[in-house]
Amino acid sequence: MKIRLLPRITGWQAISTTLILAGTLAAIARFTYGLGATTNLTDEFPWGLWIGFDFLGIGLAASGFTIVAAVNIFHAKEYEPIVRPAILTAFIGYLLVVLVLIIDLGRPDHFWHPLVMWNPHSVMCEISWCLMLYTSVLSLEFAPIILEKFKITWPIKWIHAISLPLMIVGVLLSTLHQSSFGSLYLIVPNRLHALWYTPLLPVLFFISCIASGIAMILLESLILSRGGRELLSTHLRANLAKIIAITLAVYFVVRVEDLLARGALHELTTLTYYSVAFYTELLVGFVVPFALLLSDRVRTSRLGLYSATLMVLAGFAFNRMNTAITGLEVYPTQTYFPSLIEIFIMLGITALGFTAFSFVVKYLPIFEAVEEAGPRVQQEAATGRPEPIYLTRDDGGMESS
Amino acid sequence: MLIDLTLCVGCNACQAACKQENQLPPNEEKNLSLTAYTALHKYNDLYVRRLCQHCDVPTCVSVCPVGALVKLGDGPVAYDADKCIGCRYCLQACPYHVPKYEWSSTKPRIQKCRFCAPRLAKGQLPACAEACPVGATLFGDRDELLLEAARRLGAEPTKYVPRIYGKDDVGGTSMFYLSPVPFEQLGFDARLGRVPLPMLTMSALSKVPNVLSVGGVVLGGIWWITNRRTEVAAFEAAEKKGETPRPEEKP
Repeated sequence: MKIRLLPRITGWQAISTTLILAGTLAAIARFTYGLGATTNLTDEFPWGLWIGFDFLGIGLAASGFTIVAAVNIFHAKEYEPIVRPAILTAFIGYLLVVLVLIIDLGRPDHFWHPLVMWNPHSVMCEISWCLMLYTSVLSLEFAPIILEKFKITWPIKWIHAISLPLMIVGVLLSTLHQSSFGSLYLIVPNRLHALWYTPLLPVLFFISCIASGIAMILLESLILSRGGRELLSTHLRANLAKIIAITLAVYFVVRVEDLLARGALHELTTLTYYSVAFYTELLVGFVVPFALLLSDRVRTSRLGLYSATLMVLAGFAFNRMNTAITGLEVYPTQTYFPSLIEIFIMLGITALGFTAFSFVVKYLPIFEAVEEAGPRVQQEAATGRPEPIYLTRDDGGMESS
Repeated sequence: MLIDLTLCVGCNACQAACKQENQLPPNEEKNLSLTAYTALHKYNDLYVRRLCQHCDVPTCVSVCPVGALVKLGDGPVAYDADKCIGCRYCLQACPYHVPKYEWSSTKPRIQKCRFCAPRLAKGQLPACAEACPVGATLFGDRDELLLEAARRLGAEPTKYVPRIYGKDDVGGTSMFYLSPVPFEQLGFDARLGRVPLPMLTMSALSKVPNVLSVGGVVLGGIWWITNRRTEVAAFEAAEKKGETPRPEEKP
């Protein structure tokens, strides 16, 4: 299997190495010449692509808290096999977002200031704290994986002892900052277009991140399940798809109700720069995948799930970029398009994320959790808990592809 | 400060004095910039002076994650570049588009009107107010200036539109404007309203402690219930198999 995949991996490696190198050069340029010379950011448009990318990254990393909550707090143990991939995704996602934030800051050398200089009225301050604390939580949730690899067992016991409060804190921190990214824009009612500005921004950001996080982990489980190994059974994948569909429906209803309540629906009756952006985001990311996921055949087919999750993620990206960029543009007098350096840094960091993921997967027990969990399962059985059912084999010929 | 647009003759002495006071290049500028903390915008025969409004509940102060911007007791919104991390949230959030960023620098700061805080501390007038040859910019105590503005509106109701801009816009500012034409025609944002913008954020931020406490209890509860459920299920399953000889319950 590995030999067959080798040329393919090398192709990806070439692309990602190029992108990482290009991104590194772009980052060197950014630090040498400053933001003005290397980005298209201006006084009128002080936040651009990188902020949108942060929202996107954090949204995709939302699987870290949803899956952990489902498995370890709600005891949906059947999803245990995707806990580690979800934590890894979240951990990498958060580290990269912190990296982008530091590149984005005008004074990266002052990045630690929010830790010692507080302003409780600032959403940004709350986000800095949540990001920092949650990244710490993720590193503690991730640490056992590394420790297992090197057979250092004593700290694992300590981490296990505090794991429940740790996970609860992680879920709460995620809830807070996922929604706070929306709260960032509560203060610009005069700037953000009515199709995106709403007092419900934090609520909408939170609901949509649940869909995007689960879509991301579902997509991952599809990609990683190639070649005979199945992370999740068709049945469990269909269940996750159902949760996505429900979340999309809730989001759609809240979003449209809110437009209706604010009297902003008339913005959609004509085709403008903004309404086209809005329709794209809502159709691609919410309406069409919802319609697709209603069908049992789509939910049980690999191709169907690939299309639906990719659409959810694309629509999510549109939504975040629209909130961060399109909605703040004054078309056509004051628009923004990222510079090549901004784009290269973003692509480089994306490539870095994928590379880190495949590297970690190769060397650390991410998918072997099923086998490695053996002793713990016995231990749980001894304490009277049921043995979790790990579904490592495919359910059979139910798949269409 | 009270800025009476009917009096301004557009001589630009305010900008010149400001530039001298702040040691900025003395060229005349038409817009706020890194080197112009105040500028005159021309609308037909009216000149509107732009500068930091030094809001009573400043949006920039509320959004700054590190408290680099602070509202001083005697009015000025002051900036501390040593604290600033360069997140540019103040540029994004300021309803008057006032802060300007040193984009070309590798150690960028924001620049904006400082309300001549050092001069005020010495009991002097702000440079612009002192320089104005026609008294279009008056400096004084906020309440007294409001009385003066109201007196002018009352004395010559045909000369002005009946509004003191800045009295309670975005919760009130340190700059008041009197105008002969509706403010919307002079580039003032009519959508801002009277509620200080930081209140919009606080409505969300104030829920944080509740999310933490209620959320923590709810999640803990769910954990306990679902955990108990699996325990009971396991016990019953074991009981059915007859493997557990029902311990402590029946002595």
